Amino acid sequence: MAESPFKADIERVQKEYSEKMTPGAIVYLPGSSVVNKTGSWRVFMPEFNRDKCVRCYLCYIYCPEPAIYLDDENYPVFDYDYCKGCGICANECPTEAIVMVRETK
Amino acid sequence: MPIRKVMKANEAAAWAAKLAKPKVIAAFPITPSTLVPEKISEFVADGELDAEFIKVESEHSAISACVGASAAGVRTFTATASQGLALMHEILFIAAGMRLPIVIAVGNRALSAPINIWNDWQDTISERDTGWLQFYAENNQEALDLILIAFKVAEDERVLLPAMVGFDAFILTHTVEPVEIPDQELVDEFLGEYMPKHAYLDPAKPITQGALGFPAHYMEARYGVWEANENAKKVIDEVFAEFEKKFGRKYQKIEEYRTEDADIIFVTMGSLAGTLKEYVDMLREKGVKVGAAKITVYRPFPTEEVRELAKKTKVLALLEKNVTFSVGGALFQDFSRALVNESEKPKIVDFILGLGGRDVTFKDLDEALAIAQKALTGEEFEEVNWIGLRKEIL
Ligand code: SF4
Ligand code: SF4
Repeated sequence: MAESPFKADIERVQKEYSEKMTPGAIVYLPGSSVVNKTGSWRVFMPEFNRDKCVRCYLCYIYCPEPAIYLDDENYPVFDYDYCKGCGICANECPTEAIVMVRETK
Repeated sequence: MPIRKVMKANEAAAWAAKLAKPKVIAAFPITPSTLVPEKISEFVADGELDAEFIKVESEHSAISACVGASAAGVRTFTATASQGLALMHEILFIAAGMRLPIVIAVGNRALSAPINIWNDWQDTISERDTGWLQFYAENNQEALDLILIAFKVAEDERVLLPAMVGFDAFILTHTVEPVEIPDQELVDEFLGEYMPKHAYLDPAKPITQGALGFPAHYMEARYGVWEANENAKKVIDEVFAEFEKKFGRKYQKIEEYRTEDADIIFVTMGSLAGTLKEYVDMLREKGVKVGAAKITVYRPFPTEEVRELAKKTKVLALLEKNVTFSVGGALFQDFSRALVNESEKPKIVDFILGLGGRDVTFKDLDEALAIAQKALTGEEFEEVNWIGLRKEIL
């Protein structure tokens, strides 16, 4: 996967971000969602079977978050810090390489 | 030198706003508090108050405009009552959650139906869970003073919560009394300019306010409002002390009147406290050992002070102009909670009275006293009593 054009920004935010609650839950740092995880309320999670994947990237294109990245071999990688468990990826996948499973903590 | 003028509580509230120098006032007229923004609009039009006066089309918009202005970093004020406050309900949570120190003057009025413009406390009492601080004025002077105090407490960095100051519809809003208007310089010294460090508009330093709070952060944000309410208890004591030093008028979260060796202490809020003091004087002359207590600060709830008060008496008789259905009044809940784990506690008797502007007379208080005396002597008594109810038309 190509390097993010926002790498410098992301690194700056990662350095400056503090999870400390502010009065009024004000967000003082633009871009803090790169460290401020948003996938905490998922019920189902996508389970990925690499053997079935044909690298068509439909999941990658359709993920509304986007919580799917591509690894060095261009296989999808699911970022569970942002995945909302909507199931769109599983629905789109032509080879059933993705199945939604109930998440237990 | 402070000047004394004869005025209604509505005018006193407008004067308080003028003295506090808010930068934005957004308001919608509603009986009985219409005169507050009317008077302020005159101050603005006459150049006596340098502020933006925003005319809006509803109370929902009034408080929304205040939230916007306060989030941009300026002192903000509005006034409303009853259905108007109810219409603000949704935004009241937002103001508290965003920790914006807006102040609202409320002419305490009943809620519909039936339509009723007269006094009780159901409007503000119904907003007790929004996170807002709540002060209740006994007279017009208190209406003015408590608004200044509310600004100071609300803007304290340990608090940063919005505040409402209630004064009884018509009994205060439309009744003239002499009110001392403090010196502007003294008020300036007392309040200072509002310089927010947390919420303000600066294009060079952009921030996001009122963002989505995921489950991972929401509880902590709500706890922030809880903690700020707790902090406010100490801050209010400090501000009361400073106010007394500067202006000579003493305030307490719970003001006691002739509670020494009292067997029964009547507790109330707002203008009813005035009637109650007269009543206590009359009973004391007859040798009946009763006292009175007035709740000036209702939120944060003065739990510690209630516990101290409870130690002084055998019966607490709560006189309240509001209803929490199937429970009694809101004060009954609050007092019960404050005393639930105390090893020794007085009996608590709840009285609902004066709803929708019905006069509370000495005859009503006699009725309450008779029931409180039953509790005192160990006879059976009703926990919740509707006083002055016209049973013959039921
Ligand atoms: S479940 Fe939805 S959010 Fe999660 S990876 Fe699939 S498409 Fe994206
Ligand atoms: S949609 Fe299915 S097959 Fe296509 S890349 Fe995603 S996981 Fe692989």
